[in-house]
Amino acid sequence: MNKLELQKTAVEVRKGIINGVHSAKAGHPGGSLSATEIFTYLYFEEMNIDPKNPKMEGRDRFVLSKGHTAPGLYSTLANRGYFPVEDLLTLRHTGSYLQGHPDMKHIPGVDMSSGSLGQGLSTAVGMALAGKLDNKDYRVYALCGDGEIEEGQIWEAAMFAGHRKLDNLVVIVDNNNLQIDGPIDQVCSPYPIDKKFEAFNFHVINVNGNDFDELDKAFKEAKATKGMPTCIVAHTLKGKDVSFMENSVDWHGKAPNDAEYEIAMNDLKKVGDALCQ
Amino acid sequence: MPVIENINELPKVATRESYGNALVELGKEHEDVLVLDADLAAATKTGTFKKVFPERHIDCGIAEANMTGIAAGLSTCGKVPFISTFAMFAAGRSYEQVRNSIGYPHLNVKIGATHAGISVGEDGASHQCNEDMALMREIPGMVVINPSDDVEAKAAVKAAYQHEGPVYLRFGRLAVPVINDRPDYKFEIGKGVTLKEGKDITIFATGLCVSEACLAADMLEKDGIDAEVINIHTIKPLDEELVVASASKTKRVFTVEEHSIVGGLGAAVAEVLGEKCPTKMTRLGVKDVFGESGPAKELLHKYELDAEGIYKNIKSSL
Repeated sequence: MNKLELQKTAVEVRKGIINGVHSAKAGHPGGSLSATEIFTYLYFEEMNIDPKNPKMEGRDRFVLSKGHTAPGLYSTLANRGYFPVEDLLTLRHTGSYLQGHPDMKHIPGVDMSSGSLGQGLSTAVGMALAGKLDNKDYRVYALCGDGEIEEGQIWEAAMFAGHRKLDNLVVIVDNNNLQIDGPIDQVCSPYPIDKKFEAFNFHVINVNGNDFDELDKAFKEAKATKGMPTCIVAHTLKGKDVSFMENSVDWHGKAPNDAEYEIAMNDLKKVGDALCQ
Repeated sequence: MPVIENINELPKVATRESYGNALVELGKEHEDVLVLDADLAAATKTGTFKKVFPERHIDCGIAEANMTGIAAGLSTCGKVPFISTFAMFAAGRSYEQVRNSIGYPHLNVKIGATHAGISVGEDGASHQCNEDMALMREIPGMVVINPSDDVEAKAAVKAAYQHEGPVYLRFGRLAVPVINDRPDYKFEIGKGVTLKEGKDITIFATGLCVSEACLAADMLEKDGIDAEVINIHTIKPLDEELVVASASKTKRVFTVEEHSIVGGLGAAVAEVLGEKCPTKMTRLGVKDVFGESGPAKELLHKYELDAEGIYKNIKSSL
């Protein structure tokens, strides 16, 4: 996909996020919107996957360690063809397969159940280790929140990945700078994130995580990096492209009401229209 | 006639040794078997596996939560990982990792928890996990096995591999008599083993308490009490049919376990009998207290989990 196509796809992914969260009357839009370019790039450009065969042997794997941003992942998977986009409206509804947090047992394309913060990266490390043990060339991607990396288990996993030189592993930190209780540097600062991962023997790349050109460059650099895992610190805007959600801690885990929904969808329509001119 | 002839003269093996040896056998037969440890390979006896299959032994360092997650990830790629550490850390420290990363997605990970119970001995209460079966039993889909000796422990490891889904295996540090070395011994997950039929009382025992319960039954026999002795190696799924059948026959039940009386075998049996066959019962085990330092044998005596303690408690309850 070229950059414009990726950008247009990201708008559709964002619409799916807002539709899902609005229908659920709950969920986490802020961190789904900040990571939308990351989700989109991975599933529409980077990863070796087949939506018709979600369990394809040798596929690349993705673990959403910051599992509460499931609306972002689900919308991406739906737009990629794993399941109908209309199903996003069943998000979090009783009986729906689209659980509040990723459920690998019931959702096509979800490689790992997650949601309890800090645990996903370890499972991604396990997948990367399996690839190394079997001499397979698939790659493993894990998306962590910048608040999430306050969890100690993240650093246990990072230590192991660095120690084992898992160069088939890419950790992306969605650095939108906000967690539930406020800005991350005011709650319990994990900064400097890049230097921490460097100290754990990662190759580290800082990028604007909402810019497809920068993401493209970073993921290519990660692929070319041998002998150590890569960490992409993606500097992003929480709530991106929905005016009242942007950089607002209030929209970490809240659904828009009907009036807010109209504004949000209108915002996204404008972004989409601008891309078509 | 004693339940088991000459128990005290039988060879003794710690079930953690059985675990290490069984892993080697399993590793020879199945290439997908991986063993993970957290800097305790010498104690959990996975070092035995490491010597034979160094490339399939993954030392994760002192980081049990991460080890648990790595195992989950490995299993999604077709591996059958055995996580190995002390029960305190396998079930205790990593409880939520086991629950969310393994239990919830029902992944094919086996947890080999050694050094369970007060028979850890001198290390004391911080390392004596008497709560692990309770923690693991609560997780939907988890199988919980507490073998009584070397033969059963090795059979349990094989059965755990054959079983698709998460299994918690509980092993001990103390060498215990090999009581199941007989030609007709058969291990099946979820099936209790009747070691002696009796008509007056039933003793359901698990783990290292099985051999002690057999000796206690011998002592009761001399007093004219005919005890049925049943080895419940699988705490979950519990052999409900056998529990109900025996309880409805003897109408007096005792449970014996080297585990808290809260949440383990005693609780599992009480839950079943309360619903299906209300029966007067007494739970023998660690009585909702922490353990302490001391030689294992002395602690089992002090906490009344040796034959003498079991005998004394049963006599005073009747």
